[in-house]
Amino acid sequence: MDRWRRITAAQRTLPDEAVPVVLATQGTHGPVVHAVSAAGVARGIACGARVVDVQAIHPDLHVEQADIEGDQALLGRVALWARRWCPWTVAEHDGILMDVRGAAHLFGGEAQMLRDMHARFAMQGLRARLALGPTRGAAQMLARFGAQGVICGADDVAEVLAPLPVAALRLPHDTLRLLERLGLRTVGALADVPRVGLMRRFAGTVEAANPLLLLDRALGRSADPLDAPAEGARWLARVRMAEPVVDPVPWLEGLAEDLAAQLAQAEQGARLLRVTIYRVDGEWRSRDVATARASRDALHFVRLVTGKLDGIDPGFGFDLMTLEALRVEPLVLHQDRLDGTHDAGADVAALLDRLTAKLGPQRVTWDAWVQSHKPERVEARVPVLAGAVEGTVEVARERPLRLFDPAEEVVVLYAVPEGPPARFSWRRVTFLMVRFEGPERIAPEWWRDRSGTRLRDYYKVEVMDGRRFWLFREGIVGDARGGDPRWFVQGVFG
Amino acid sequence: MMSDSSYGQLVKLDNKHGVVDVPRPDVSQAVLKDALSARPFDAAVTAFVLACLPRSKAPVLWVQDRASRLENGRVYGPALKGMRLLRVEVSHARDVLWAMEEGAGCAGLAAVVGEVHGAPPVLDFTATKRLAMRAEASGIPVWLIRSGTVEGLSAARERWRIGSLASEVHPYNPAAPGAPMWEAELFRARGRSPGIWEVSHDAGKNGGENRLRFLPRSGDGPLEEDHGRAAHAAG
Repeated sequence: MDRWRRITAAQRTLPDEAVPVVLATQGTHGPVVHAVSAAGVARGIACGARVVDVQAIHPDLHVEQADIEGDQALLGRVALWARRWCPWTVAEHDGILMDVRGAAHLFGGEAQMLRDMHARFAMQGLRARLALGPTRGAAQMLARFGAQGVICGADDVAEVLAPLPVAALRLPHDTLRLLERLGLRTVGALADVPRVGLMRRFAGTVEAANPLLLLDRALGRSADPLDAPAEGARWLARVRMAEPVVDPVPWLEGLAEDLAAQLAQAEQGARLLRVTIYRVDGEWRSRDVATARASRDALHFVRLVTGKLDGIDPGFGFDLMTLEALRVEPLVLHQDRLDGTHDAGADVAALLDRLTAKLGPQRVTWDAWVQSHKPERVEARVPVLAGAVEGTVEVARERPLRLFDPAEEVVVLYAVPEGPPARFSWRRVTFLMVRFEGPERIAPEWWRDRSGTRLRDYYKVEVMDGRRFWLFREGIVGDARGGDPRWFVQGVFG
Repeated sequence: MMSDSSYGQLVKLDNKHGVVDVPRPDVSQAVLKDALSARPFDAAVTAFVLACLPRSKAPVLWVQDRASRLENGRVYGPALKGMRLLRVEVSHARDVLWAMEEGAGCAGLAAVVGEVHGAPPVLDFTATKRLAMRAEASGIPVWLIRSGTVEGLSAARERWRIGSLASEVHPYNPAAPGAPMWEAELFRARGRSPGIWEVSHDAGKNGGENRLRFLPRSGDGPLEEDHGRAAHAAG
């Protein structure tokens, strides 16, 4: 809800504070309420209710679509951010678990740390419900159903948890209904039931639906460790200037060497680099450079990035500059040959990097081949950084050395009934046909072309002074696909 | 160099590697060479340059600017018969020169070919001189194909002008064009005398040799008798 409020406030006016706002998701029988604003909570709107029902009760309800993936992504980021308090944090589907064992004294005690957390979350514009418990289960129960900021020690956990409803155990719906039918409404009531009876009753249920197991974990009778994801390694070199500077080039070499040393230690090579400058006016500018094969050559980094820095605007100067490897691949030192000669493939890869970095990935290409009858479709271009292309194309007939794409129309000056025109004009030059070979008929590809595409008859035509053109006539007379056939130049023979 | 009585001189092209320096194959130096087109939209110059490139697995860097792409079209892959092209298509001749210089310093390439249309101001004597020195330092043949009006100086070690001639007689169909013939004029060269030849290319099909056949245009006899200076230089 807080996230929605912040994002929407940047784009349009928010509804009045008094108007209840709900975020809806798609349920089995139409949209259901996913989150409720403070005004909505005051009016008694509950999560999980159907939106149409709520609308019937509260006609002034404001409904918005919930963004579940966005919430999850935010939680993941916030969980990593929360590692400022302790090293083990993990994002759950609607909360963050932090293992603060041994970390609270750094912030002046547990109560002080909770206050700090509350203040810092509020700074981010997020309201956090905080609770500290001796076990993972107890903490999550207290955070959702206990008082705000409650701190519970290991000795009195049973008493603190006892008044909470059994729903705090996060049991599935049918288990909750079963417990309700048994008359077990609070955690305390559940704990008072003899273990043997409960164990027998829930013997076949899965772990997440077994109230006894969950209770044992919450009370600390069985172990429930936290599985915190490892933080992704970052390959970053930075340099701080004493004074704002305008020219980044002198600093680049040190950055590249620093980054290369980090990569070398981890036996990684960079595939994607980003250089960022942080300007004194608070703005930042960055440029990305990709490499054809993993590399940790500092000199190569410098040459790649130098070409990219021309377009970067330093403004009134910048005082921090970073060089980061965004994508890395394992790169182990290897030796191809024993005779001590240079590896030519590495040279070419470095050349591809430099060309692509300066000219752009679409300008530097290998040829790839497409199965097609149309001459202009046979060739496809793949950017060199996408990888090498294997295989060659086999065309049975002779093909011109140069191809015009699209083909250029010629003006027929003297047509003959069979074969290409005896005189034609192309690019305002008149040509006199001497010899020709053909036709080679290429039919339209019905599975690919639009209907109504005409067939082509290709001729190799030699004109008076020896130049050889590849002409084609589009369509034939009377094919009912347009008027008189037109002539085009598609290519030139060597 | 071979010489047979009726056909002028033959230049055998190595199938595997090695740079062919026509028409004197013993001078196998990789230098910058200009190839000019005698007439507009003539692909003979492209065919001649391709025939002179060394055959190897290594890629050929082919740089083209926008004007020449519009004027002469693109090199068409299916006609290249297994040559690996690394294509760079840029809009300005300045970038062509930069890419060629980068390529000329890279030992992993088989050759570097650049195409420029017209005479842009950046393509001056200094630029070609730099390119020529790079090519000689790295040992990679560098060809600069130029079309349109070509003026100004060039530091290329050889400058050729290539045009199409009427093709040979087709073996089966007299009304059809046969194997191509080109007229190659070497109008400026270092350490060699210029000349004009009729050139035909046997691409090594049907188990034959891959060779370029040079006939002196004058028809007066072999090259050495025409140009005494060349014979003297050859020793």
